[in-house]
Amino acid sequence: MKELRNREQEVFWFQRRVFVAAVFMLLCFALLLGRFIYLQLVKHEHFERLAEANRIDVQPEVPNRGIITDRNGIVLASNFSAYTLELNPQKIPNLDATIERLATLVDISQRDRRRFKRLYEEFRSAESLPLKSRLSDEEVARIAANRFQLPGVEIKARLFRQYPMGDVASHVIGYIGRISQREKERIEAQGLSAEYKGSDYIGKSGIELTYEKDLRGTAGAVEVEVDASRRVMRQLSRKASISGNNLQLSLDIRLQRLAEEAFTDRRGALVAIEPSTGDILAFVSKPGFDPNLFVDGIDPQSWEALRDSLDKPMLNRPLQGAYPPGSTYKPFMALMAQEFGIRTREQAIADPGFFRLGNGYWRDDKVGGHGMVNLPKSIAVSCNTYYYQLGAELDIDEWSGFMRQFGFGQKTGVDIDGELTGTLPTREWKAKRFPKDPKVHVGDQVSLGIGQGFNAFTPLQLAYATAILANNGVAFRPHLVKRVQDAKSGDSQLTQPEPAYTIKLKPEHIQAVKEGLQGVVLEGTSASVFKGAKYTSGGKTGTAQAFNLRGQKYVESQVDERSRDHSWYITFAPLDKPQIAMAVFVENGGFGARAAAPIARKVLDAYFDQAALDANWKGFLAQKRDTKAEP
Amino acid sequence: MIQQLWNKLTDHIDPVLFALVTLITVLGLMVLYSAANEAMGRVVGQSQKVMVAIVVMFVLANLSPTFIARFAVPLYLIGIVLLLGVAVGGEVIKGARRWLKLPLIGNIQPSEIMKIAVPLILAWYFDKHEGAINWKNFLVAGLLVAIPFALIVRQPDLGTALLVGACGFYILYLAGLDWRIIVGGGLIAAISFAAAWEFNWLHDYQKERVMTVFNPSLDAQDAGWHTIQAAIAIGSGGLIGKGWLSGTQTHLEFLPEKHTDFIVAVYGEEFGLIGVLVLLVIYVLLIGRCMLIAMRAQTLFGRLMAGTFGLMFFTYTFVNIGMVTGMLPVVGVPLPFVSFGGTAMMTLFIAVGMLMSIATHRKLLAT
Repeated sequence: MKELRNREQEVFWFQRRVFVAAVFMLLCFALLLGRFIYLQLVKHEHFERLAEANRIDVQPEVPNRGIITDRNGIVLASNFSAYTLELNPQKIPNLDATIERLATLVDISQRDRRRFKRLYEEFRSAESLPLKSRLSDEEVARIAANRFQLPGVEIKARLFRQYPMGDVASHVIGYIGRISQREKERIEAQGLSAEYKGSDYIGKSGIELTYEKDLRGTAGAVEVEVDASRRVMRQLSRKASISGNNLQLSLDIRLQRLAEEAFTDRRGALVAIEPSTGDILAFVSKPGFDPNLFVDGIDPQSWEALRDSLDKPMLNRPLQGAYPPGSTYKPFMALMAQEFGIRTREQAIADPGFFRLGNGYWRDDKVGGHGMVNLPKSIAVSCNTYYYQLGAELDIDEWSGFMRQFGFGQKTGVDIDGELTGTLPTREWKAKRFPKDPKVHVGDQVSLGIGQGFNAFTPLQLAYATAILANNGVAFRPHLVKRVQDAKSGDSQLTQPEPAYTIKLKPEHIQAVKEGLQGVVLEGTSASVFKGAKYTSGGKTGTAQAFNLRGQKYVESQVDERSRDHSWYITFAPLDKPQIAMAVFVENGGFGARAAAPIARKVLDAYFDQAALDANWKGFLAQKRDTKAEP
Repeated sequence: MIQQLWNKLTDHIDPVLFALVTLITVLGLMVLYSAANEAMGRVVGQSQKVMVAIVVMFVLANLSPTFIARFAVPLYLIGIVLLLGVAVGGEVIKGARRWLKLPLIGNIQPSEIMKIAVPLILAWYFDKHEGAINWKNFLVAGLLVAIPFALIVRQPDLGTALLVGACGFYILYLAGLDWRIIVGGGLIAAISFAAAWEFNWLHDYQKERVMTVFNPSLDAQDAGWHTIQAAIAIGSGGLIGKGWLSGTQTHLEFLPEKHTDFIVAVYGEEFGLIGVLVLLVIYVLLIGRCMLIAMRAQTLFGRLMAGTFGLMFFTYTFVNIGMVTGMLPVVGVPLPFVSFGGTAMMTLFIAVGMLMSIATHRKLLAT
């Protein structure tokens, strides 16, 4: 009996313990339920957002960059799609080993390696840097097959910029390159990050830089569903990218190429402008460079070669080279003298072959002088004495005020960045530049009168001034882009040829100057070069002193090639209704008639004989095909 | 005839217990199908294992508790020997020595045996000393738990060790262990845990797991990743869930271990709070049924076994869901009757079989 009670007691105790356990368990379950309520009701929106963020990936869609063509539609810059081999330095512990491993799969040249190293040094935090571009299908397949052993190695289909004409017009077109840290900061500061999303490239120079805003287009975005390994499962939505605008240049690439060829291996610049519109037909800077080298990051060796070359191939000479205009300044001097009423067409001087003023003595080129020289003749024979005298008589500020109207020492406002102002001396300028000798001396003015001394103008300025003169004082701002075409709508916006301003000039004064310029071609300093030309033209030779001889006689053969005088030639044609105005500058080319004028002749000949120009162009294309096919 | 056969077959099957277990298992297979990205293979494999486990359950249900109790000592001894074998020559998988390769049988995990063997031997032991249980018996019982616990901790397998230890503790508790000792022991455990932490007795991965409970973003890619992704899955499920087979966290592979330990996150994502509530209620009913069987059992052996299994089911469920929802450290404990894996399923159905044996054999012992 006792045992039974004991037993009952025991069961009672046991059940009490079960009861306690049950309460404990229910509490625990309540705790779990509370946790689920917290996660699924209280924090539901937070976690839903996180789940969406997990699942949805917004991938930028890189827009097509606008195409650049010449005035006849010949493509100068385009895009092509190609596979690149890219490395993500963040995911690769040993870059060298990975590159070695890749080299066993595809050919990786020393140039590729150097270029990659340079990129890596500049963009250490980048997530993807190209090692080799333009992979063949076979190479893509070989890497893809080994991809699992190569973490951080990616094959990407990318759009590449291509400049099919190579170094032709390289200074005009410019090039694109990877966005640098500084550019990135600028993009962010301007609030343009969205438009550059997914794009690593930006215009660096030339039209590619100046028209970056038009060319780049707007990035789109594709919303995709991805799994945990970032594999795309499906597309959710898409905002298409908007292609950049296409640009049609005013440049005639055939004429441009022919002009570049005419320079052979000389350094220099040539700018040809259509006076009635301001269209720049040719814009030569020699030597050029191959912009294709820059597209994917230039390798250090090629870059050093370009940077350190004495020929300065990266210098945009027509835009950024300022030189004394030499005798090409004379027609403008002659026009001014008439406008100021201090010379007439007929008024002549007796040229003894020198000019003396006080203690000063200035020699003419021709020993014994040119005899009686009136205004047109002073231009045709390039009589220094005439202009020494004129220079000595003028007021420097009135003088520069007149020349400013022709754009001398002013930015022309051409649509390409980096233009140099040059130097058009004034009293103020002299005082600022030479505080120890602030006065403008008569001697200074004598030199300035023949376009030497402090005068420093760019070839573009000279071409512009020539175009204004050819157009009888009506100025059209020079421009390289003729038409901006919206890639989507096809609407195009023509750069309207509206005169920027008109210089008030007396027609007979212009006529007298043009007569002189015609004289240069017919019987003057460039007559031998232009013999037999099938068109009329006006021209003026010029020689700019590259360095001061301090009164010594200049003997070309005794002077180092790079210290020789620069050769100038300005011209327009035909005489009565000019279609083309041009300035040619040959660095260290010597006398204007010898180096610059023949180049001008070739360009004008071609310009007025389209069949010959076409034939020349076809020859170039055929030659390009052959050299491509050879290796 | 057929009626007789049916009676014979179902005589020892507890219908409530069986219905609840079947419900959870079927629910589990449904979730598994979703977690496996609608691949039938895994579901078929798991179903086969469930079938085998049910057969074992049926056999055990038909054995009398007295008969089952006879296996207590040999099973425990075999378990200890195998654990020693693991310590000496076990297979090392993922840095832990848990598996033993046996001729003919193949790879087994002896710690799993202990989940049954420890409650069994303790229940047998207390039953033997029924009516005269004193502190010495508790000491011996404590030792019987401590030996396998220590061996499993050494493997290292903290999750299983804690489960085995917990089962042992439940029996001691149900057998009437003095409250003072329970409270005192709890204090000592807390202190020794602190000491273990301080003096680096725990493995780094164990410490890391504990740490990440408190701050999952501590190591988002590694230890915390599981917890964060599980919380996102469950939380984004909301009140009604994203629908069966439509969980993005599950189907886009963001959720790790989604077939096994983290399967409740799949369930929570696709069925929402309402689904979770249903599941929790089923577990509560299941555990309640076990405790009812314990209270009705007429031997101390039956009471202790049934009560311990009920508490064991609770522990599995609570620890698993607690860790998936980020309330407890991530220890490898499956969700009972749901998580993919044959071994755990077998252990659970063995327990269910024994529960049924206890539930259905009591009348025979009533006299």
